[in-house]
Amino acid sequence: MALSQLPIGSSATLRDFAKAGTAFIRLREMGLLVGTPLTLVRAAPMGDPLEIKVRGNHLTLRKSEADHILVEPVA
Amino acid sequence: MALPAHISANPAGTASRQPVYALVGNPNCGKSTLFNALTGLKQKVGNYPGVTVEKKVGTAYSQHGQPITVIDLPGTYSLAARSPDEAVTRDVLLGRRTDTAQPDRILCIVDATNLERNLYLVHQILDLGRPVILVLNMMDLAARSGLEIRVDQLEKLLGIPVIACEAINQRGLIELKLAMSRADLALARHAWTVPAAIAPAVSELAAALVEGDRKSPLLARAEALLLLTDQDSVRVAGSTPLSPRTTEILRGWQTRWTQQGTDWAGTLVTSRYDAIGVLAAAVVHLRTAVGPSASDKIDAIATHALWGWVALGAVMTLLFFSIFTLAESPMKWIDAHVASLSDTIKSAMPPGDLRDLITDGAIGGVGGVLVFLPQILILFFFIGLLESTGYMARAAFIMDRLMSRVGLNGKSFIPMLSSYACAIPGIMATRTIEDPKDRLVTILVAPLMSCSARLPVYLLMIAALVPGERVPIFTKVGIMLFMYALGTAGAFFFAWLFKRTLLKGEPPLMIMELPPYRLPGIKDVAFHMLERAWIFVRRAGTVILGISIILWFLSAYPKAPAGATPTAQLAQSFAGRAGHAIEPLIKPIGFDWQIGIGLISSFAAREVFVSTMGVVFNAESSSENTAPLRTALLGAKWPDGRALFTPLVCFTLMIFYVFAMQCMSTIAVVKRETNGWKWPIFQTLYMTGTAWILSFIVYQGGRALGF
Repeated sequence: MALSQLPIGSSATLRDFAKAGTAFIRLREMGLLVGTPLTLVRAAPMGDPLEIKVRGNHLTLRKSEADHILVEPVA
Repeated sequence: MALPAHISANPAGTASRQPVYALVGNPNCGKSTLFNALTGLKQKVGNYPGVTVEKKVGTAYSQHGQPITVIDLPGTYSLAARSPDEAVTRDVLLGRRTDTAQPDRILCIVDATNLERNLYLVHQILDLGRPVILVLNMMDLAARSGLEIRVDQLEKLLGIPVIACEAINQRGLIELKLAMSRADLALARHAWTVPAAIAPAVSELAAALVEGDRKSPLLARAEALLLLTDQDSVRVAGSTPLSPRTTEILRGWQTRWTQQGTDWAGTLVTSRYDAIGVLAAAVVHLRTAVGPSASDKIDAIATHALWGWVALGAVMTLLFFSIFTLAESPMKWIDAHVASLSDTIKSAMPPGDLRDLITDGAIGGVGGVLVFLPQILILFFFIGLLESTGYMARAAFIMDRLMSRVGLNGKSFIPMLSSYACAIPGIMATRTIEDPKDRLVTILVAPLMSCSARLPVYLLMIAALVPGERVPIFTKVGIMLFMYALGTAGAFFFAWLFKRTLLKGEPPLMIMELPPYRLPGIKDVAFHMLERAWIFVRRAGTVILGISIILWFLSAYPKAPAGATPTAQLAQSFAGRAGHAIEPLIKPIGFDWQIGIGLISSFAAREVFVSTMGVVFNAESSSENTAPLRTALLGAKWPDGRALFTPLVCFTLMIFYVFAMQCMSTIAVVKRETNGWKWPIFQTLYMTGTAWILSFIVYQGGRALGF
């Protein structure tokens, strides 16, 4: 499922980036790689952007970007 | 800016000189604090030629008093640049810039609480084949969050000096300086295998860089690796372009990989993280698991759907409350001292034009701008405080959705909000916006937010607008709020318009870090504040002085016959004639030549309009008591006997001041921040043009409706 669909507060593992090439390079460079566990911490007060926690870092990204990030929820 | 010859001159340099260090690190890792601690006040701040990226060079002294030059490079998470700031960091380290020689050694600072991600940049830096010193900052915070970091082990594994440090408490500085002054520094043991899928491309690119771009073999490999992950290689002025052959090879590989479905960039990043993972596992141990951090707890409130707004509102209220209360007495003090300096000179010098030039022109004009310095300082202080505590990122997080409606992002919020007090700190704070287009749009619209210099104009016009001696408080507040809302709406409208037309572009990936909350380093914040204020005074100072003298000249010449009143003198001066000259232009919006003089003179600063009206209509008044001026204004007439300041004209005048670019200081600052006259001129024209058109609509519409 897309990261943007993940319920708030739940954890998941990154599966794939739907956009190839250099589009998500910076996100990967900040440690979000295929197989990396992440937590969707919260959404901003207006529902967008989203805050995720990866390797102890808190990062924010917009929903429109999270649409292109595929994750597998951790049971 | 003049730099020591060995930094600004040719890249080759000489062998005998002291090594030049580049200081690099992730954002929020304490880099500025370390730079300040190392160099103290011995810093030079300027721009890299051709780009508005700050160049900071300082001098540190070794334990033996030897000077060591340190260049503070913009913070970045990676050398694969995404913004002009990051491009400068990359280009300086790769020796691509023509104005800055490649540094001899690199000082790499990392946040010890977040070693894994910070080591990514280190891993790229070690590729460069320069001696590196690694500084582990915030060791105290790492220990507090239950992390044990084996510094000796990291030193052994990397083969470079690793210094544990708490820059904010000055701990570890001596050890660092000792390492920095070592004559010999070993190169890192930095063996990592480039993934097989991309290794042939790296070799081919490296060979082309050696041949076509005359790079050293070691550096060529590092640059080849970077080229693969660079985003269409962000290019900035002042950096040497790649040879066509290298570009061709790069494009060739990227096309081939895209066709084959090879995720080359991902492979490269993953292999670096694999190497870092091994390193981190060997040196970082979680001693005690700790629960949710203090930052997590604060954020549960600070970014909460309801309390987040309350907190943001409270912070902003505090900000404006401080500006308007704390700035009041220093402003009065400056006002009084400027006036007494003027008086002293008046009594010391014989009367004449030179005396008036100094007192009324130079001192009066510069003093009029200097009055705003307390506000500007407080704003800089607050912006620095918000940045160093980490709240700035939260404000951007909360506001991003709203700002994205007009095509901007959350980072434009604080600069725009600050502009309600004064556009100058707001515009100077836009440097935190990475995307150059978003940054430029924010600069262009920031002065539409009603600043405090417009207040006296609004107040005078409201007093003249409303019949009766006392203005009911609700009317006053209501009109005032309307003007603020109008300016804000205008700013958002033009942001939307510029983002859709003039500065259109693919929206950049909006990834932002929410760094842990930290106690601010007050010394660093104060230093930052003084540095910004000094840049403003220095850069704007000459422009302000020049324009003040011109404006004085316009109102003092040609001379009226001896014994004429100031009103008569102004009326027949160049300024008075200019007022007459522009009257055809401003008559359609209900203004006569006398108001025209006010418009011209208030180009210095908007509040000058009030004092000019005082001279034009010969009424003594002060900011506390506008009653005499109000009476004089209400008595003013057109030659045909109609009242000049009708309620409609007063209202139109306010509308004009909401939109017109009547501030030479802002123009001077925009020139510095956009690197030329093009944008400040455009800004002045579009703002003043909008002011005229809207005033025309309001005035003519109002007349048609019978006001």
